[in-house]
Amino acid sequence: MNPSNVVILSAILFSIGAVGVLVRRNAIIVFMCVELMLNAANLAFVAFARTSGNLDGQVVAFFVMVVAAAEVVVGLAIIVTIFRTRRSASIDEPNLLKY
Amino acid sequence: MNSASTSVPALVGRFASETPFELPVIDYRLILPILIILGAGVVSVLIEAFAPRRARRPLQLVLVFVSLIAAFIAVIDLAKTQALTAAGSIAVDGPALVMQGTLLILSLLGAMLMAERTLDPSGDAFAPRASALPGSEDEKQFAARGYLQTEVWSLFLFAVGGMLLFTVANDLLIMFVALEVMSLPLYLLAGLARRRRLLSQEAAMKYFILGAFSSAFFLYGAALIYGYAGSIDLPAIADALSAKPSESSLMLIGLGMLLVGLLFKIGAVPFHQWTPDVYQGAPTPVTGFMAATVKIAAFVALFRVLYVGFGGVRWDWEPMLWIVAILTMLVGSIIAVTQTDIKRMLAYSSIAQAGFILVGVVAASPEGLAGAMFYLVTYGFTTIGAFAVIMLVRDGNGEATHLSSWAGLAKRSPLVATLFAIFMLSLAGIPLTGGFIGKFSVFTAGIAAGDTSLVLVAVVASIIAAFFYVRVIVLMFFSEPNDQTAVVVIPSVFTTVALAAAATITVVLGVVPQPLLELVAHADVFVR
Repeated sequence: MNPSNVVILSAILFSIGAVGVLVRRNAIIVFMCVELMLNAANLAFVAFARTSGNLDGQVVAFFVMVVAAAEVVVGLAIIVTIFRTRRSASIDEPNLLKY
Repeated sequence: MNSASTSVPALVGRFASETPFELPVIDYRLILPILIILGAGVVSVLIEAFAPRRARRPLQLVLVFVSLIAAFIAVIDLAKTQALTAAGSIAVDGPALVMQGTLLILSLLGAMLMAERTLDPSGDAFAPRASALPGSEDEKQFAARGYLQTEVWSLFLFAVGGMLLFTVANDLLIMFVALEVMSLPLYLLAGLARRRRLLSQEAAMKYFILGAFSSAFFLYGAALIYGYAGSIDLPAIADALSAKPSESSLMLIGLGMLLVGLLFKIGAVPFHQWTPDVYQGAPTPVTGFMAATVKIAAFVALFRVLYVGFGGVRWDWEPMLWIVAILTMLVGSIIAVTQTDIKRMLAYSSIAQAGFILVGVVAASPEGLAGAMFYLVTYGFTTIGAFAVIMLVRDGNGEATHLSSWAGLAKRSPLVATLFAIFMLSLAGIPLTGGFIGKFSVFTAGIAAGDTSLVLVAVVASIIAAFFYVRVIVLMFFSEPNDQTAVVVIPSVFTTVALAAAATITVVLGVVPQPLLELVAHADVFVR
C-alpha cells in the first residue's frame, strides 16, 4: 500500500468534509463534516508517520481523537440547546445577529 | 515503502529499533504557571460538584484570584528564562513570558468583570440555568428564585490555561491542543448570557461551528507540514526548510492551512465573519475578556510559527500576510463606521486593530515583534476597559448597546463618559495614550523593514478608524440627553477596580511607556 494513495484519500475526505460544512444546513450534519475533516487529518498524519519513519504522526492521531471527543461534548451541548429553543437544527435559522 | 504485506509486529519492531523510546525530561518549574491554572480549573470543577450552593461563589472567587496571582508570581519568577522542555515541545522565552504575564493580569481584570453582581437587578451577567429555554416558564422561575451559577469559573480557568499553553507551544501538536483547550470553554461562555439569550445562543453556535471548521484546517495543515518535514517540532521544521527544497507544494499548502487556523483566532479578514456576531451576542464581561486575551495568545502563536518555524521561507508568507493585513485594516475600519451597536462597533474595531498588529508580523524583525507585543498590551487593557464601561450603561432591558442610547451620556455621568473617551482615544491612537505608542512602534518597525506602502495604508485606516471612535465621544459629550439615553449604574468594587486599573494602565503606558518598551525590547527573541 503506497502511503501517497492514503494521503490522497485523506485529502478527498477532507474536501468532502469542507464542502459539507459549507453546503449542508443541518447543524448535526455540519458538525459531522467537521469531525470528518479532523479524521482526514488523522489519516494523513498516520500515513506520513510511515513515510517519515517516526511515531510522531501516530501520537498526534491519538491526541486528536481525544480533542475531537471533547469537541463533540461542547458542540452537541450547543446544538441541542439551539434545537430546544428553536425546534430546528438548521444553521440558517438563527439569523438575529447580522451586518 | 513497504508493501501491505508488512505484518504489524514487524512494523512495531522496525520503529522500535530505529527510534528507541526516550522519556522526555519535563522541567516542571517552567510550566508551573500553566499547571497552577489548569490545576485550579480541576479544583473548580470539584467545587461545582461537591460544595453546597451557597459556598460555591466565595470558594470559586478565592480559587480564581489566588491561582491567577500565584501563576503571575510564577511567571515573574521565570523572568529572563530562555529554555526548552518536554523534548522541545514547550519553549519558555521572552515573548512567551511577557505575554503570559499580560494574559494573567488581563484575566484578573476579566474575572473581576465576570464576578460583578450589582449591575443587573436579577443577578449577574450569566444565565440562571443554561439548559432552561429562553422565555420559558422554567426560566422565569429560576430567575425569580434568584438562581445564580458559578460554573463559568471552571470554564474561565481552563480557557486561561489553554491561552498560557498556546503562548509556549513549540510544536504543532501542543499548539493544536492548546488552541482547543482555549477555545472550547469560550464557545460555551459565549452562550451563557442572562439577557438576550437567543442572541447569545446564536453567537455560541456560530463561534463553535466556524471555530471547529478553522481548527480542522489548522490540523490538516499541520499534517501536511509533518509530511514535508517529518517532524511537528517548529525548530525541526525550520531545519527541514533549509535542508530540502522549499518550493514543495506540500509545505506551501500546509503553511497556508496552518495560517487559516491562526488568522481565524486573530479575527483577520477574510476569516473575521464570526467576530461581530460573537462579540455582540456573548455576555459583555466574557466579550471583554475574550477580545483582550484570545488575540494576544493567538498572535504569540502566529509569531512563533512564522519566526521560529517558517522564518526561512518569509518570502512565501510575507506577500500573503501583506494582503491579509491591508484587507483587515480597511474592512475593519470601514465597516465599523456603519455600525449602530456599540459592541458590534468595537468588534469591527478589534478587527482593524488586528490588522495594525499584523503590520508588525509582516515586518519579520525583532522590532516588529517588540512593537506588536507593546501594541497587544495596550490593546488588551483598553479593550477590557471599554467593555467594562459598556456593562455599566444600562436601561430597563439590560445593557443599552444601541449608539442612540449613548447620546448625552456625559451629562448623566461625566466620569464614565470620560473613561470611555480615554479608551476610545487610545484605540484611535491619539498621543498621551498607550494606543499611540503601540501604533508608533509597530509602524516604525514596518518602515524599518521596508514596508512603507503597507504603513501608508495603515495610517489611512487609522484615520478612518479615528472617525468612528471620535464619533462616540462627540455623541456622549456634545448632544443633549433625551428619553432614550441610558443610565449609568454604580458598580460594585470588582468592576470599579478593573475599570480604574484599565484606565490607569492605558494612560500610564501613553505617558511613561519607557519601562514596557524596554521590557519588550529585551524580550524579542524566541528560543529555538
